[in-house]
Amino acid sequence: MWRQTLFWVIVSCILFYMTIPAIVVVMTSFNPGEILSFPPNGFSLRWYEKALTYPDFRGAFRTGLIVALISSTLALVIGTSFAFLVVRYVFPGKNLLEGILSSPLIIPHFTTGFGFLLLGAHLNLNQTLTIIIMTHVVLVLPFVARAVYVSLLNIDPNFERSAANLGASPFMVLSRITVPLIIPGMAGGWLVASILSLTEFSASLYVTASRTQTLPVAMYNYIREYTDPTVAAVSALLIIATMLILMAANHFLGLRKILAIDSH
Amino acid sequence: MNTNNSGHSVDIVEVTKTFANVTAVHKVSLNIRKGEFMTLLGPSGCGKTTLLNMVAGFETQTSGAIRIDGKDISDVPPFMRETGMVFQSYALFPHMNVFDNIAFGLRMRKLPAKEIKAEVERALDMMKLSGMEGRRVRQLSGGQQQRIALARAIVIRPKVLLLDEPLSALDKNLRLQMQVELKELHQKTGLTTIFVTHDQGEALSLSDRVVVMSRGEVQQVSAPIELYTQPANGFVASFIGEINALPKARCQKSGQDFRFEVCPEISLNGRQPARLELKDGQMVHIFIRPEHIEIAGPRHNGANIVKGNVAAHIYQGTHTQTRVNVPGIGLVELRTKGAAAIDQAPLGSEIALSVPLDEAVILPA
Ligand SMILES: Nc1ncnc2c1ncn2[C@@H]1O[C@H](COP(=O)(O)OP(=O)(O)OP(=O)(O)O)[C@@H](O)[C@H]1O
Ligand SMILES: [Mg+2]
Repeated sequence: MWRQTLFWVIVSCILFYMTIPAIVVVMTSFNPGEILSFPPNGFSLRWYEKALTYPDFRGAFRTGLIVALISSTLALVIGTSFAFLVVRYVFPGKNLLEGILSSPLIIPHFTTGFGFLLLGAHLNLNQTLTIIIMTHVVLVLPFVARAVYVSLLNIDPNFERSAANLGASPFMVLSRITVPLIIPGMAGGWLVASILSLTEFSASLYVTASRTQTLPVAMYNYIREYTDPTVAAVSALLIIATMLILMAANHFLGLRKILAIDSH
Repeated sequence: MNTNNSGHSVDIVEVTKTFANVTAVHKVSLNIRKGEFMTLLGPSGCGKTTLLNMVAGFETQTSGAIRIDGKDISDVPPFMRETGMVFQSYALFPHMNVFDNIAFGLRMRKLPAKEIKAEVERALDMMKLSGMEGRRVRQLSGGQQQRIALARAIVIRPKVLLLDEPLSALDKNLRLQMQVELKELHQKTGLTTIFVTHDQGEALSLSDRVVVMSRGEVQQVSAPIELYTQPANGFVASFIGEINALPKARCQKSGQDFRFEVCPEISLNGRQPARLELKDGQMVHIFIRPEHIEIAGPRHNGANIVKGNVAAHIYQGTHTQTRVNVPGIGLVELRTKGAAAIDQAPLGSEIALSVPLDEAVILPA
């Protein structure tokens, strides 16, 4: 009995430790005062109103959304082809690619951002949506490729053989068997990619300008000038939005599938 | 689904398959007749699946030819070969329900929806699956999945039915039941069938003919009874059923009388084996099945009597397997009805065994 109690105490402690920063930010966002301070000394929703109406945030959110949708979709297309290549074909360098897919990334985000800043200047693309999207594709690609890679590996090759045996041409096998079976992986990869893109900061800082800034960059710029809790309110809204997206995904696709715990 | 008389023949001609450094199948030649139920039997890794995969087109042979109705199909891609394969893991499509699984092949053939529905229903009926159309395949038991996999393969009316250990994932009772159903299905459809198994009982009870394979090579192709009573070599003799392998014996021939000297103290009388011309002094291997050895009376001292000590009794309900240590031969297994032997020949006691060679298998050493 006490073992179970101990187990739950430990689990609660870990959960608390992991969520404490978010809890502090959310609590601060309700602070009626003009100063970012913790703990709050009252309750007010005024900073939420400010967050939702402040033009910089509105613009940045729109830009961020466009960037996230386009870059994660591009990453999905590229990552899926990449995963297919690695799983289905034998070619020189295959092991290297497979290694990249299955190990954590080694290039820091700010390096990627800095690189694209220099490249953008050279190509005359600086601070355009194009260069931001290019940057984000690089950042989220591994996550999409990895999600699809895992779901492809999990497909029993006999499913495809069986379909061919029953008369399905290679195209039919792909469209009726393979793709439907990796859809959860693709959806999961795409979702993780868009959330990452939406909240990415360090690389975006290099490649955006005030006209094209994404939400995290706008928040950073805001906090450099003002000290009121609006940024905390934006953070809380982002957390809620992310949670809603994940809950919807869970409802329609099943979180097990999204997280590739159970591939088919 | 009555496709009687629509069987197709399959000829496998000198087929070899070499992977990077293993030869999985070596110069295999088989002629499978129209409507025949042919079983590939052999230990794990002997190349059964590889051979089946080459017939289905999933693997390309390194050399040799495969013909259906006399036409070489080596260049025909898998999806145009019209073979119906049932995989060991069934490979039912997890994202489709039972109906869609069975209808898959018909849809690929672009049959009208009404016809597809009728065909699928007929297949469901035949496999005793009616009413399961809408079920997800994951919710079904092993036996049901097995039937669906079979229904999915036969509904396209394949030229050959290829079954890769389809019963090995089922528990014993279900396996016996499915054996019966498989046999009935074969009789009803008349489909030429290649069945893979490493279970010799299954092979003997289901097949018209059995191919015994070992290390990628064919050891023997025979009807079940012949396989059991006249194995072509030592491998087949010991692989099919249980058998005692006696030490190498010297054949002493005088006229029509044969004696086999197993060791200086033991000589057994025998006769000319069916397919082997023996010469005087020739060395032979003698194999004898446990059910052909008997416990002789205590004072028995005639021909083909050997003596030994009882080492173990293994009681198995219908029969008892008794292990006797015979000096000069080693451990000899015999099988007697019921449990009588356990009282008759207590552990450690000396008993006499009668070892007639009438039904023994005698092969050149
Ligand atoms: N794709 C492959 N690459 C390399 N070697 C292979 C391949 N497929 C099979 N082999 C080898 O070929 C031999 C025959 O394999 P196969 O699967 O045909 O045996 P099997 O008789 O079906 O065995 P089991 O009863 O275990 O299914 C084995 O040694 C196996 O390791
Ligand atoms: Mg096999």
